[in-house]
Amino acid sequence: MPQSADKVLDHAPLFREPEYRDMLARKKAQFENMPPREDVVQVADWTKSWEYREKNFAREALTVNPAKACQPLGAVFVAAGFEKTMSFVHGSQGCVAYYRSHLSRHFKEPCSAVSSSMTEDAAVFGGLNNMIDGLANTYALYQPKMIAVSTTCMAEVIGDDLQSFIANSKAKGSVPEDFDVPYAHTPAFVGSHTTGYDNMLKGILEHFWKNRQREPNSRINIIPGFDGFAVGNNRELKRILGMMGVDATILSDVADQFDTPSDGEFRMYAGGTSIEQAKDALNSAATLSMQEYCTVKTLEYAAELGQQTAAFHYPMGVRGTDEFLLKVSQLTGRPVPKEIEMERGRLIDAMADSQAWLHGKTYAIYGDPDFVYGMARFILETGGEPRHCLATNGNKAWEEQMEALFASSPYGAGCKAWGGKDLWHMRSLLATEPVDLLIGNSYGKYLERDIGTPLIRLMFPIFDRHHHHRFPIWGYQGALRVLITLLDKIFDKLDEETIEPGVTDYSYDLTR
Amino acid sequence: MSLDYTNDSEFHAKLIEEVLEAYPEKTRKRRQKHLSTAKDVDAPAEDEQNGGLTECSVKSNIKSIPGVMTIRGCAYAGSKGVVWGPVKDMVHISHGPVGCGQYSWSQRRNYYIGDTGVDTFVTMQFTSDFQERDIVFGGDKKLDKVIDEINELFPLAKGVSIQSECPIGLIGDDIEAVAKKKNKETGKTIVPVRCEGFRGVSQSLGHHIANDAIRDWVFDKKEVAFEAGAYDVNVIGDYNIGGDAWASRILLEEMGLRVVGNWSGDATLAEIERAPKAKLNLIHCYRSMNYICRHMEEKYGMPWIEYNFFGPSQIADSLRRIAAFFDDRIKENAEKVIEKYQPLVDKIVAKYRPRLQGKTVMLYVGGLRPRHVITAYEDLGMEIAGTGYEFGHNDDYQRTGHYVKDGTLIYDDVTGYELEKFIERIRPDLVGSGIKEKYPVQKMGIPFRQMHSWDYSGPYHGYDGFAIFARDMDLAINNPVWGLFKPLWNDAA
Repeated sequence: MPQSADKVLDHAPLFREPEYRDMLARKKAQFENMPPREDVVQVADWTKSWEYREKNFAREALTVNPAKACQPLGAVFVAAGFEKTMSFVHGSQGCVAYYRSHLSRHFKEPCSAVSSSMTEDAAVFGGLNNMIDGLANTYALYQPKMIAVSTTCMAEVIGDDLQSFIANSKAKGSVPEDFDVPYAHTPAFVGSHTTGYDNMLKGILEHFWKNRQREPNSRINIIPGFDGFAVGNNRELKRILGMMGVDATILSDVADQFDTPSDGEFRMYAGGTSIEQAKDALNSAATLSMQEYCTVKTLEYAAELGQQTAAFHYPMGVRGTDEFLLKVSQLTGRPVPKEIEMERGRLIDAMADSQAWLHGKTYAIYGDPDFVYGMARFILETGGEPRHCLATNGNKAWEEQMEALFASSPYGAGCKAWGGKDLWHMRSLLATEPVDLLIGNSYGKYLERDIGTPLIRLMFPIFDRHHHHRFPIWGYQGALRVLITLLDKIFDKLDEETIEPGVTDYSYDLTR
Repeated sequence: MSLDYTNDSEFHAKLIEEVLEAYPEKTRKRRQKHLSTAKDVDAPAEDEQNGGLTECSVKSNIKSIPGVMTIRGCAYAGSKGVVWGPVKDMVHISHGPVGCGQYSWSQRRNYYIGDTGVDTFVTMQFTSDFQERDIVFGGDKKLDKVIDEINELFPLAKGVSIQSECPIGLIGDDIEAVAKKKNKETGKTIVPVRCEGFRGVSQSLGHHIANDAIRDWVFDKKEVAFEAGAYDVNVIGDYNIGGDAWASRILLEEMGLRVVGNWSGDATLAEIERAPKAKLNLIHCYRSMNYICRHMEEKYGMPWIEYNFFGPSQIADSLRRIAAFFDDRIKENAEKVIEKYQPLVDKIVAKYRPRLQGKTVMLYVGGLRPRHVITAYEDLGMEIAGTGYEFGHNDDYQRTGHYVKDGTLIYDDVTGYELEKFIERIRPDLVGSGIKEKYPVQKMGIPFRQMHSWDYSGPYHGYDGFAIFARDMDLAINNPVWGLFKPLWNDAA
């Protein structure tokens, strides 16, 4: 009997016990009708061949293991960054259960959002009554300051009109006439979660900014974009801006919402951009986006109203951070203070100390387009080569930006950007043109298993490692953290490879 | 090991009144029918439907109210996520936009053995990734091509299921026609499933639709070469979460039964196809798979029996009831199995019961566990203060009366608001629910275990699983972190 009360074995050791191994072997031999082992081995080898890669890249209809989610996830995320705001997603209810679960699994935090719970009758007659009842219930139960309405694909397919539905609901008294109910149509069959972020943010800003006269001041707005590391990154951003003495408004700041303390109280709402700040942000001199592809329409809108705008690609590492700080400095007239230069110097110092271990390392990177750009740029700065750069939600324009980045460095020579491809494509790339390290999210662990490329988790979602998102990867301090993460993986792998006593341990060096 | 306790029904009734006060009137009227306390009837349980300890019927299986933060999911989650997704040697297409497949990718911990991406495909996300043009022009041609590409790139896949997302039913696609065509072309099993998320009121209709798809698109479609035996059983409604089905199978095999199919955790298509040739269906998750058991009973004359492998009291009872369908050899074997594991049970109880005795638990899970796990807690000396189902039906609440004590708070399709208030006022020692509930509860300083995914632990079924269950409840409740919430300078206050 494998189990004991003294040392309880859970799934990981339990099923390796002989009783279970025998049982599973019997099940396979007698009942499963699985293909013969030799066929499986043959096909497994074939899936790693160039021939397979070509077939795989010839796919036109099938998507396998994509690295993107759908629009409303981004809408729920961005709305969570505003003060006491409840996301109300109009359409089928299962979607909302999914967004909440997805965000909770990454942040290890509560995620509140409601659905209008549309079913078959609403599919026929439209979801107006669901909106009327739903807004009234949400307002009464959860006492938000704002309800941000987005849509699931069901509501989009049947063509529900949010503007008139919300107006109707207000007329019926679901919420007071002057209560803030911004909205955005967020069809899941267009773009990805980054598009949804953009649409919902634009919806919120339009709600507060339209038909108002702009009275420009010297403040700047900064939009972080959809970011799994938002908790750490937004706080780092605010710290840096504070050091510079810059008066800035973060438009959608989820840092506190997705990082509430455990002290006996559940806070459904915490922190976020205040309604007043959101309104006043119209008057800011400029709006900066940390992620171009999360803010295409929003920045356009800000520019139309007369604001200066600039977009970055998840500024990471040395030059990325330099450029961001330079822009902030130029826009505000505030110099970059000595303390920040000291931080920068310490980062460069660390990079120089470790350069021998990083130089010439090859990487595959996947994730949202801006992250992949920022990450690849930092890798190039370490003398590494970001060979395979893939964004399922990346487009032609992104590919061109990536090509320009590669062309800017001698280490970019053998590198290629893959927009619109998925992680099954990535599997073929890793199998046919292997690299030293893979940078992505938790889903990358299946690539690590299949191909053996060590995975570094720096992209949303991270389900199987805890709390990394509480630390920044932006700014020079953040870059230092990324640097250490890369180095730890490299050293751990080297130690693993050299640990065998009397065989490889001559290289199991004490000092590296 | 029956535990004697009652709950404070007066207090619980008052709580119900309190939470209802927050609702607009129309919603209050609807919600109050879903909240109740169990009432003593104390009639001996005659069968699954009648008798039991208490009566705890509430309105159930009706539409969730908009805007209240229901915890429920959808029909797609019930079909792809629960019933079909674990069938390991088939490819399951999340047909429609990318999100549904993405959020449910690898989240249910349906363990299986296989070379993923080569001969098995459970922890992969296959989607037709609908774009605007697919909505406008229809997705049937794309689906046709998706299936071709699956066959080319995954030649060892035994078949394909098409898991419909919301748009499919709204834009009038004919996935059944595509399935028939591709079946003809490839000879492989192609199963269209109409589990669009807007159908029904919860995951539950998705289970039903998925069951019907097995009936209509798998059974009796091809010759099944299989030599049937006198002790053949199917395990139905065990999804092998964290290895549950394996910790169950080991017991059934030990008592001399042959598990010829396991639905659907770690299942192959062959195990589903041959099911009607077995002697008896053993159903664990009644809610999600009773439909196909009833069908097999009607069409093939196969009997079925509900069983419960959570905790030693229920396991022993179930083993005996299962054995009663067979000859004396099996009956004797069942006793031997119970006897063999008794020392383990005694040691587990001796180790953990003193640490858990008298601790109170509130549950809110899917369609089975809100009642099925109760005795396992009681085996450890713990008491159930409240329980409820996301998507239970009337027959589930009837069965709940066999398990819960007088005064137990009962909540159907509970809202975020209600659950938070109930937990805040009752302050149980442990809450067992899902990922969306986990962090709010823990912030209140109340220990929590996810009871869908076993919180990344498991198995919890069988004797081996009971040891893990006991360990996990202990580590959740007795971890020192719960004593650290207040800083030293606030202790005096």
